[in-house]
Amino acid sequence: MTAESGTKSPTERMRATLRRRYAAERRFQAYGIVAIVVALSMLVTLFVTIIGNGAGAFVQHTARLDISVYPQDIDPGREADLDALARANYQSLVNDALYSMFPEATSRQDRRAVRDLISPGAKFVIRDMVMDDPSLIGQRVSVRVPLSSQYDQVLKGNVDPAVDFRVMRESSTEIPWSLPEGERLISDTQAGYLQQLIRQGEVEGSFNRWFFTNGDSRQPELAGIWGAAVGSMFTLMVTLLLSFPIGVSAAIYLEEFAPKNRLTDIIEVNINNLAAVPSIVFGLLGLAVFLQFFGLPRSAPLVGGLVLTLMTLPTIIIASRAALKSVPPSIREAALGVGASKLQCIVHHVLPLAMPGMLTGTIIGMAQALGETAPLLMIGMVAFVVDVPGSPLDPSTVLPVQIYLWADSPERAFTERTSAAIMCLLGFLILMNAVAVLLRKRFERRW
Amino acid sequence: MTYQQPHTEASVSYPETTAGSPLVAGGVKVAARDANVHYADKHAIKDVTLDIAPHEVTAFIGPSGCGKSTFLRCLNRMNDTIDICRVTGDIRLDGEDIYDRKVDVVQLRARVGMVFQKPNPFPKSIYENVAYGPRIHGLVSHKDELDAVVHGSLERAGLLNEVQDRLESPGTGLSGGQQQRLCIARAIAVSPEVILMDEPCSALDPIATAKIEELIDELRQNYTIVIVTHSMQQAARVSQRTAFFHLGNLVEMGDTETIFTNPEHKLTQGYITGRFG
Ligand SMILES: Nc1ncnc2c1ncn2[C@@H]1O[C@H](COP(=O)(O)OP(=O)(O)O)[C@@H](O)[C@H]1O
Ligand SMILES: [Mg+2]
Repeated sequence: MTAESGTKSPTERMRATLRRRYAAERRFQAYGIVAIVVALSMLVTLFVTIIGNGAGAFVQHTARLDISVYPQDIDPGREADLDALARANYQSLVNDALYSMFPEATSRQDRRAVRDLISPGAKFVIRDMVMDDPSLIGQRVSVRVPLSSQYDQVLKGNVDPAVDFRVMRESSTEIPWSLPEGERLISDTQAGYLQQLIRQGEVEGSFNRWFFTNGDSRQPELAGIWGAAVGSMFTLMVTLLLSFPIGVSAAIYLEEFAPKNRLTDIIEVNINNLAAVPSIVFGLLGLAVFLQFFGLPRSAPLVGGLVLTLMTLPTIIIASRAALKSVPPSIREAALGVGASKLQCIVHHVLPLAMPGMLTGTIIGMAQALGETAPLLMIGMVAFVVDVPGSPLDPSTVLPVQIYLWADSPERAFTERTSAAIMCLLGFLILMNAVAVLLRKRFERRW
Repeated sequence: MTYQQPHTEASVSYPETTAGSPLVAGGVKVAARDANVHYADKHAIKDVTLDIAPHEVTAFIGPSGCGKSTFLRCLNRMNDTIDICRVTGDIRLDGEDIYDRKVDVVQLRARVGMVFQKPNPFPKSIYENVAYGPRIHGLVSHKDELDAVVHGSLERAGLLNEVQDRLESPGTGLSGGQQQRLCIARAIAVSPEVILMDEPCSALDPIATAKIEELIDELRQNYTIVIVTHSMQQAARVSQRTAFFHLGNLVEMGDTETIFTNPEHKLTQGYITGRFG
């Protein structure tokens, strides 16, 4: 082939552009990999910090007390009815047990230091035990009660990095504090009692069951997420029960039955707009409508669920409509062609095919609702609630609000619990997503 | 039955004989008189008047976009599902106006079944595909009856031998030709009187096409068949009567042999000799 001088043959030209095209491809891949590495490293940082901060909350140091359940202290009338037992004075039982362990502490000040070792919540642990089993009255029982959070934090090494449980147990009288006595929270006397308790072998770090069974508390060692978790469950239940059927029906009507005219166009635009409205606005709406107009109770998961329903509806409707749209028209034609009515066509053929998409949309909406804080603040779900709610009408809070409340508390022990609660929230989210994947698998028929 | 001479834009006139006329002398299964279809502003079918004889295969041919599918879909009111579509005129099945208010479209579609261009089995088992129609129409009262209907329909669609031992496997797992025969079995399972087929072989290979054509010829004994096709050979092979459409007009209709050997109209002649299309 005789190529003219100065001009390249088509093959050569193609080769030159080919090189450029491959280079562009490689560059593009490199951008992608960099993006993924950045995202992953941020995710890892997040998890490492949260787990590093929060793991300690799952452990709580406890002390074993030998408690004599004197009937005269808690049940003088020998009625053994639960009301009397609930009101009885268990603190004195705890105090007596402590004093008998430290007979040398006789001054008011020393006795107080001894009492401070143990959480003020110890009496509730005893109370619950006695109320569960009234036959314990008159017996001597050995109970594990939580240490006060300040001592718990010392033993976890959170207060002074040089001091932890092992150091306390193994060091002789001299504890290697990094700060002089006046500058630390714990005096030498207090530390001495703690060390004595440890040396007697009565203290151990064990799984913090209270974190998973208690509601909120002013005492960090007694504060748990169960109240908030139950509140979240009630709230989400209400949200799911309302938003799924309403959202799916609205989507089906709009997609399959509604005439295409100006009005439905306006509705469509507004639904899309609603999805972008800041969530706090829904909180204000809920405050005005559900609390002030309908007079529903404050801080109740029912109202929280109603507000979150408003918030998640647009998400569910949009996702469900997209799922309905993606069902191939040939399936509809097939069903109508053999004489199915419109409803039969939708229920028998379109919905089963659209269901995975609808469920995904719903779960995304639920996950959003689970993590939502702002609108719930407006309807009073930010209250300090100790009791675990028993119904969607009881005052309660939810996990993200609990996290917000604890993050606001200055105690080191609450910082730890904040991270632990975040871990639980993330756990919930992962669980929900797993359920979503399972449901998808179950409903999806990829034939 | 009154009928007016159609006024088409091409101003075609028809001699009054059965061989070269859109009307038939004997029994009539489906009769259209001055049927017009509009999609919003588009006039897709213009004053079409024709008869479809029972137990015959009637083929609709014509260039793409001339309105064959549109007219076919008028016959079982599938056009109802298109919002912008408006049908006027008079279309009768066994003398009964199918666009009458009193006619139930669900029932009509059970009497006039349809097979589509692209095989579209439900994403369910082969058995369920065929059983669906009889079940929703309440044609069977217990399982044995349903089994019999499903087997009978598959048999008549010439598919039973191939799928007998895997009725529970998905219908979408069959080959294209088998899927199309499954769709035919699904259509005949509700015992329709008329079967409409919109280019049923255009997505199939020649062997599958041959099987379907054979099947159409057999089905003619029990059903009235209307088939849209873009293949003139196919129209010549399977149909007894042929209608040629052009730009929404019915240009010419008559015995297939007459249309293909001695077309009346220049347009028809041009189309069948491949000069345009
Ligand atoms: N759903 C629809 N909406 C608007 N116009 C349509 C629709 N379906 C068909 N048409 C128009 O009607 C005319 C006839 O179409 P069709 O019946 O599909 O032709 P054929 O089947 O003969 O190829 C075409 O011009 C097409 O653009
Ligand atoms: Mg067509």
